[in-house]
Amino acid sequence: MPTMALPHIQSLIRLATGDEKHDASAYSTLDVLWVLYDQVLHFDSANPHSPDRDRFILSKGHGPLAFYAILADKGFFPTQALTTFARAGSFLGTHPDRLLVPGVELSTGSLGHGLSVAVGVALALRAKKSPRQVYVLIGDGESSEGSIWEAILLAGNLQLANLTCILINNYSSSRNLGNPAAKFSAFNWAAHTVDGRNHSEIYSALVQKDVTRPTAIIAQIRNEEK
Amino acid sequence: MSQTMMRNQMLETVTKLFQEDERLALVLADISVAALDPIFEQYPERAFNVGIMEQTMIGVAAGLALEGFIPVAHTIAPFLVERAFEQLKIDFCYQQLGGNFISIGASYDYSTEGATHQAPGDVAVLKSLPAMQIVVPGSAEEFDRLFRASYANSAPTYYRLSTSANNLNQSVEFGKLRLIRKGKQATVLAVGPTLERVLAAVKDMDVTVLYCTTVAPFDGITLRQNFTGDRLIVVEPYYAGALVPDVMQALAGQSVQLTSIGLPHQMLRSYGTVAQLDEIAGFTVASIREQIAQVLSLVK
Repeated sequence: MPTMALPHIQSLIRLATGDEKHDASAYSTLDVLWVLYDQVLHFDSANPHSPDRDRFILSKGHGPLAFYAILADKGFFPTQALTTFARAGSFLGTHPDRLLVPGVELSTGSLGHGLSVAVGVALALRAKKSPRQVYVLIGDGESSEGSIWEAILLAGNLQLANLTCILINNYSSSRNLGNPAAKFSAFNWAAHTVDGRNHSEIYSALVQKDVTRPTAIIAQIRNEEK
Repeated sequence: MSQTMMRNQMLETVTKLFQEDERLALVLADISVAALDPIFEQYPERAFNVGIMEQTMIGVAAGLALEGFIPVAHTIAPFLVERAFEQLKIDFCYQQLGGNFISIGASYDYSTEGATHQAPGDVAVLKSLPAMQIVVPGSAEEFDRLFRASYANSAPTYYRLSTSANNLNQSVEFGKLRLIRKGKQATVLAVGPTLERVLAAVKDMDVTVLYCTTVAPFDGITLRQNFTGDRLIVVEPYYAGALVPDVMQALAGQSVQLTSIGLPHQMLRSYGTVAQLDEIAGFTVASIREQIAQVLSLVK
């Protein structure tokens, strides 16, 4: 894979085999997830359901190996579990299951579900007056689903400032998304476009919260990395 | 109809429970918004009208459930069940989350609006979802009783409200069949608002009548205990046959002649009143009586 960053996470990813068809999907999320878990999210891996945690939902579900490797690195489960990936008896499937994997908030895989659920979580946190944030990661291919645009319209209307949607744009969609940031902006989101491999750009966008609008971060992954 | 309409009862029950249970959350998709205005006025932090986006209505409800709320989502049956089916499957059943899904417009209650607004297949498709509870009340009071008994039981539950209702309320219990009368020649299982028609149809017949308002989980034990004769007639207010696997499993090992009476499995292309569509669908007292009599005529 072209990215040379995070060799310790990449070595963890290589412990798992059996889902090579989703390698591009897994590696496309690597840097964003690392910055999120290493520098931004509040969590306690010893108490994954702590109310005082930020919520992260991997909406696209596909290619969860980078996600699993980072969760393991951060202590949610032993790194050796990665060697069991997708095998009989393993809790690590090719799509994450919240009832099996510590640290997974939502079982995903069918595209277009996670953003709507994240809106519900953000509304719930707002109702509970929680200061915690909700982050959701969608793919550019997933963005062809109509339900994604329902949720984008709704979150913008509701001014859900505690919600951040990260769109990993690795140009896997059959449809041309045009300028995703402009589209999010048109739906009343604060939108930023970053290099999906540049950790400082990713970090700056993640912590630059708007107080009245949800935030969209378009993480561009260079075309040749597909 | 002298009784309270089920929908009006639902509005009253949900509004009352909102005052008592701060875990409740409401998610609508532009239907019944004005009627539930008191909830939006008093509890804006946990009542949401998402607009005409039923898939997202269910997804948002799931997000609220993840955070400990007990969501109530409500709209017209085809949009709640068929439009948002995968959200019910993935966002609730797969995640093992509790939630309440209340439909109006059962079968062809929207009798002039065509198949776009009708869902006689709702129960059949929902029965394909493991863990989905299905409640078909026969009256407004029964809805109130069944909803209060089940809304907080941590399972996804579908409540099928209809304009058609029985005039007599039964002391129904969630998850239980109710024995209405005991006979010798056959057993008739009436689901929800069919009971009144069934009782009229069999008034001079020597049959056991059982009443079902919880379609899933199905109370096979009570059926087995009260099954009389070797003939079972199931009368359902949606496409006929949704309960067949359950009743056959309950009566496994017995010789049973099963007859399913319900709506015909076809797209209706007729307009008029619900009663007129019942005539066209063959779902009248006379038609039900004729079909049951035919079964009984075979009894030696």
